[in-house]
Amino acid sequence: MSLSFAKRLPSHRFLETHSIWLVVGIIIVVAIGGIVEIVPLFYLKNTIERVEGVRPYSPLELAGFNIYVREGCYLCHSQMVRPLRDEVERYGHYSLAAESMYDHPFQWGSKRNGPDLARVGGKYSDDWHFDHLRDPRSVVPASIMPGYPFLETTPLDYRHIAEDLTALSRVGVPYSQDMIDHASDDLKAQGAPDSSGAEDLQKRYPKAIVRDLKLDKREISEADALVAYLQRLGAQVDFKLYDDKANIR
Amino acid sequence: MAQSTARSKSMTGGEFGLILALLALSALSLFIAAQAYTAPFAFHAGLFCVASAAGAFAIYHRYDNRAPDLPPAEIDGKPNYNFGPVRFASLAALFWGIAGFTVGLYIALELAFPWLNFDLPFINFGRLRPLHTSAVIFAFGGNVLLATSLYVVQRTCRARLAGDLAPWFVVLGYNFFIVIAGTGYLLGVTRSHEYAEPEWYAILWLVVVWVTYFLVYLVTVARRKEPHIYVANWFYLAFIVTIAVLVLGNNTEIPVSLFSPKSYPVWSGVQDAMIQWWYGHNAVGFFLTAGFLAIMYYFVPKRAERPIYSYRLSIVHFWALIFLYIWAGPHHLHYTALPDWAQTLGATFSIMLWMPSWGGMINGLMTLSGAWDKLRTDPVLRMLVVSVAFYGMATFEGPLMSIKSVNSLSHYTDWGIGHVHSGSLGWVAFVSFGALYCLIPWVFQRKLYSLKLVEWHFWLASIGIVFYISAMWVAGIMQGLMWRAYTDQGFLEYSFVETTQAMHPMYVIRAMGGALFLIGALVMIFNIYRTLSSAKVATSELSLVAAPKLAAAE
Repeated sequence: MSLSFAKRLPSHRFLETHSIWLVVGIIIVVAIGGIVEIVPLFYLKNTIERVEGVRPYSPLELAGFNIYVREGCYLCHSQMVRPLRDEVERYGHYSLAAESMYDHPFQWGSKRNGPDLARVGGKYSDDWHFDHLRDPRSVVPASIMPGYPFLETTPLDYRHIAEDLTALSRVGVPYSQDMIDHASDDLKAQGAPDSSGAEDLQKRYPKAIVRDLKLDKREISEADALVAYLQRLGAQVDFKLYDDKANIR
Repeated sequence: MAQSTARSKSMTGGEFGLILALLALSALSLFIAAQAYTAPFAFHAGLFCVASAAGAFAIYHRYDNRAPDLPPAEIDGKPNYNFGPVRFASLAALFWGIAGFTVGLYIALELAFPWLNFDLPFINFGRLRPLHTSAVIFAFGGNVLLATSLYVVQRTCRARLAGDLAPWFVVLGYNFFIVIAGTGYLLGVTRSHEYAEPEWYAILWLVVVWVTYFLVYLVTVARRKEPHIYVANWFYLAFIVTIAVLVLGNNTEIPVSLFSPKSYPVWSGVQDAMIQWWYGHNAVGFFLTAGFLAIMYYFVPKRAERPIYSYRLSIVHFWALIFLYIWAGPHHLHYTALPDWAQTLGATFSIMLWMPSWGGMINGLMTLSGAWDKLRTDPVLRMLVVSVAFYGMATFEGPLMSIKSVNSLSHYTDWGIGHVHSGSLGWVAFVSFGALYCLIPWVFQRKLYSLKLVEWHFWLASIGIVFYISAMWVAGIMQGLMWRAYTDQGFLEYSFVETTQAMHPMYVIRAMGGALFLIGALVMIFNIYRTLSSAKVATSELSLVAAPKLAAAE
């Protein structure tokens, strides 16, 4: 057996003595798996479910999303409820691919030092979130989360928010020119319920939650943005109306 | 380059070109720094400006002081090896190793004692964890790979490293990338892709460095005096080439502006997740496995003074390993919104991957045939061999955890953290320590100060690893079971925070394990320091024999 095997090996001698062909061989061999697993995800229609209600982030929510990314929240909080009995009971309906289709980058996470956040939106009050971000142990005594008091004292820098929307529109998020032009106004309006801009905002971003700024009524803080993002997590799809059978294609 | 007479000195095209390129980069960086949208980006652009100007000056300074002719590739028919970049990278590895282990210990303590976050942005867990992972994987591991690969390729090819400035550009440029990436994490500059956090401008720089690395490596191999390319070089080449492919694939992104550190990846949601874990798992497969297997294939036979156990096995397991590894990514996404077919493919290939992994382990361990007695007398060899044993253990645990039903328990828990650390502390770090204990005396022409201290390092680190991984097994399995525990009435038994509280003792034990590992590494630093401050010895006394004898393919 070993002899017949050895006879077939001389072909390998070629690769061992030709560096370029060795490199070509490596590239071909490592390319196959990735192509097979990744490419179909872009054209198989049942990869992302067809659902109602998932819209791009409003400018304030997007700013919050970017703070979530900046602080590395994904390192301790997943955003992916698995279809397992205990998870569905603990967190809510299992996550759909459609719910993160506008997340550049995705925030599914890989470790739960804290609970999953895929459906945290609307679960707690804004006040709870502010207290919790400032000092997690004031509301959850056994929490091991770091405190983020600096978020509410740091004014949100949104001078370039329209450029963020433009960049996202280039990678496929359906932000219209109208949305990009009003990005800065919409961001401010989401913290000013009685303003005229609030109505326009909700036309552009249905179901956007408009509420008073928490701490400093004049200046939008990073915490305002982050809470706006958190309060929307997982609350876009109405699962009373969602038909999971419809998505089996 | 063209030199009219032997006496007159002129700049080589490389020197001239690189000085121009660096000055241009310096000016561009200054321009960007002046307009940067954020303070961290201005800081980084400033670093680029200063570093590239310093690089241009250093090249000119070297030119000013060097002999008219560049060092020859051979002296009296023997290769004139270039070990300068190897020396730099081996010491950089030690520096980053200590930094990475220290940050790791600190974040372990933060999980046990959250007040250690001090409510500060720069040292909160979310910013320090990427610093820890990148410092140990890319800074420590990366410099070990640079040092060993640039050494091994020269000796196994009997050829001087290709390029004059290029090898230095690779090691210095790579370490500059590390500085940009690491300071970026502290300042909140991140793409939030695990193990791929650096932003677009750091990646652009890395691509330039990496392509240079590839060319230096390939041209050196092409100039070899040996007919065959030695096994270690296949693994190094697979590592260099595949990491390039992975980084390009996972960093497809659009910067918000030339003046903004922020970029948005082209992919989103489910596709982004798949591509990230295609990258992420193969950063393990090609950075932490193929690259370090290359180290094994040179340093184990060399230290044991035995040939590789089976040349045929190395061929089979090389191609099988690099083919199968690429498929394994989706096992990080079991039960997620990734389509089932992809999850199943990932699990299937992960289980198959067990075989080539153990092929490598068997080849490494059996190389000791006839030299097992050396384990008793040589703690450096023992470190290398134990690393291969840990490799075998971690590559058994991995396929196990990629079975979907096991994964439903283990995923999101500390079992994953334990698994990663049995691989990274037991395999990657141990094989690195072993290789550095060999390499540093060789390239600095010093005798290793103390084997007794290596012994201490070995035992401190080994006990530390045992503390670490057993604590994480208990923590992970316990938390996984607590999450799914039900009361008799059919309610979930534990709230989330109760499961967090239950982790506390294990987190303390884990931190103790990490502390022991760090102390072991500090013992190594002392040992190396004493080694380097001793007098130079002649190379003959270091038994610098040629590359390990290979059984040729035929």
